[in-house]
Amino acid sequence: MARAVTPRRKALNTAISWAVGLLIFFPILWTILTSFKTEAEAIADPPLFLNFSWTLENYAVVQERSDYMRFLWNSVIIAGGSTVLGVMIAVPAAWSMAFVPSRRTKDILLWMLSTKMLPAVGVLYPIYLICIEFGLLDSRAALVVILMLINLPIIVWMLYTYFREIPGEILEASRMDGAGLKEEILYVLTPMAIPGIASTLLLNFILAWNEAFWTLNLTAANAAPLTAFIASYSSPEGLFYAKLSAASTMAIAPILILGWFSQKQLVRGLTFGAVK
Amino acid sequence: MATQHSRSAARFMMAPAVILLLGWMLVPLTMTLWFSFRNYFPLRPDRVPGWAGFSNFERFISSSAFWPSVQTTLVIVGGVLVITIVLGVALALLLDQPMWGQGIVRILVIAPFFVMPTVSALVWKNMFMDPTNGLLAHLWRFFGAEPLAWLSEAPTVSIVMIVSWQWLPFATLILLTAVQSLDGEQLEASEMDGASPLSRFYHIILPHLSRAITIVVLIQTIFLLSIFAEIYVTTGGAFGTRTLTYLIFQRVLESQNVGLGSAGGVYAIILANIVAIFLMRIVGKNLDR
Repeated sequence: MARAVTPRRKALNTAISWAVGLLIFFPILWTILTSFKTEAEAIADPPLFLNFSWTLENYAVVQERSDYMRFLWNSVIIAGGSTVLGVMIAVPAAWSMAFVPSRRTKDILLWMLSTKMLPAVGVLYPIYLICIEFGLLDSRAALVVILMLINLPIIVWMLYTYFREIPGEILEASRMDGAGLKEEILYVLTPMAIPGIASTLLLNFILAWNEAFWTLNLTAANAAPLTAFIASYSSPEGLFYAKLSAASTMAIAPILILGWFSQKQLVRGLTFGAVK
Repeated sequence: MATQHSRSAARFMMAPAVILLLGWMLVPLTMTLWFSFRNYFPLRPDRVPGWAGFSNFERFISSSAFWPSVQTTLVIVGGVLVITIVLGVALALLLDQPMWGQGIVRILVIAPFFVMPTVSALVWKNMFMDPTNGLLAHLWRFFGAEPLAWLSEAPTVSIVMIVSWQWLPFATLILLTAVQSLDGEQLEASEMDGASPLSRFYHIILPHLSRAITIVVLIQTIFLLSIFAEIYVTTGGAFGTRTLTYLIFQRVLESQNVGLGSAGGVYAIILANIVAIFLMRIVGKNLDR
């Protein structure tokens, strides 16, 4: 509903919006700034905004003291593994639901969504017990599987909404031209499906990266990803603001960047196609 | 174009996802239900496990921690919903206006959604809400006020603030999507007819947004009912910030009273399902189009 307005009105909108935007972003900005301060500067009174001596020391200390790279690697494996595994399982399912729909397709989709509504805490102990039984407590494998399962409904839904937008006429046309099933999938459907699959991968990687119930409750020393690493800063290291900030910045930076690419898909992915 | 052959192929392609989700739903759910009817203390060999009937369900509800936890849950979920919806509508209308650098402002506003929950909880707790060195304490002192020990003096309010900050971007983004699909001509026509901005808001914009608002409320409720990291990191459930989710977590993993915790889990599942039914109706209707 954007309309043409006077330059003065536009300037006013710009000023207010930027002020609000910066206010909302401020905690992140402040964390990033603080990560470049010394500990003394980080708690200076009055607070220092830009007029401090920038240093990279905190980043080195965090890595050295807590072996940050190990947690990062765990996050990458868990988020990446669960996302790729989930998409591999979901693509055929979403594919068949979009192109060969039956009377039950809608029910199956809604039922899948309903599993997403299951509160994690309600099944915490069974999952915990199963992990112990199979020797998978504090293992990356268990988290890859669990995060794959909790995100699978979203992955199926997102892929389904993307696949459904591929027009069926194109398939018929390619068949008329003599394309077999193999050519159809390889040369017609795959190129059209790739953007949707990429968006799905991106959003679900972000969701898995930030997941903080199972990752906190099922890991200890070995498989702990960044969510658990940061939680361990709760005390007393959390009072060293500069180091806390450096650790936080490293944990959120990759996702902030990926997130900015995925903002359009966010609406589709998290409202299950109900808002477009 | 669906032949018998492609039908069975479709079933075959769907099978892995369906079977996995069925297992993921049924196995733990059955176990939770089973445990909820048992006396079960894995770390207490002196207490004999056995059949408990409905006593876990009764004890969970009658324990002194139950009603405060329900109250805390309602305050947190309700508070965050009100804040994110009101500010979200305002922000969506603001961001829809013509301005310079719209893309960048959008990015700034959305950013908190991508911050992992443990980071935002810890950053707020230590760098903003700390009574001596926190930024809010500096701000309070600057205006000559006594700094607040946020997380012990106003713990629930603090958690509502942190969680609202995390979820405002989500509400804004979805409401903005809805605002952008608003019919501009209708608005202009009402403007020419002399409708005031306020009546335009109530009679055209708000009804148009009602569907998006409902969806935001339902989806956020499901996520907010199970917030965990924000409490785990900030207060650990102390100072009256124990939600239903956190209470069950403590019963199951901290005091290892699995029977009692599982009974609580069954309550949580029922509660979430009540919300879910409404959400599914809306989503289901949308599928028919």
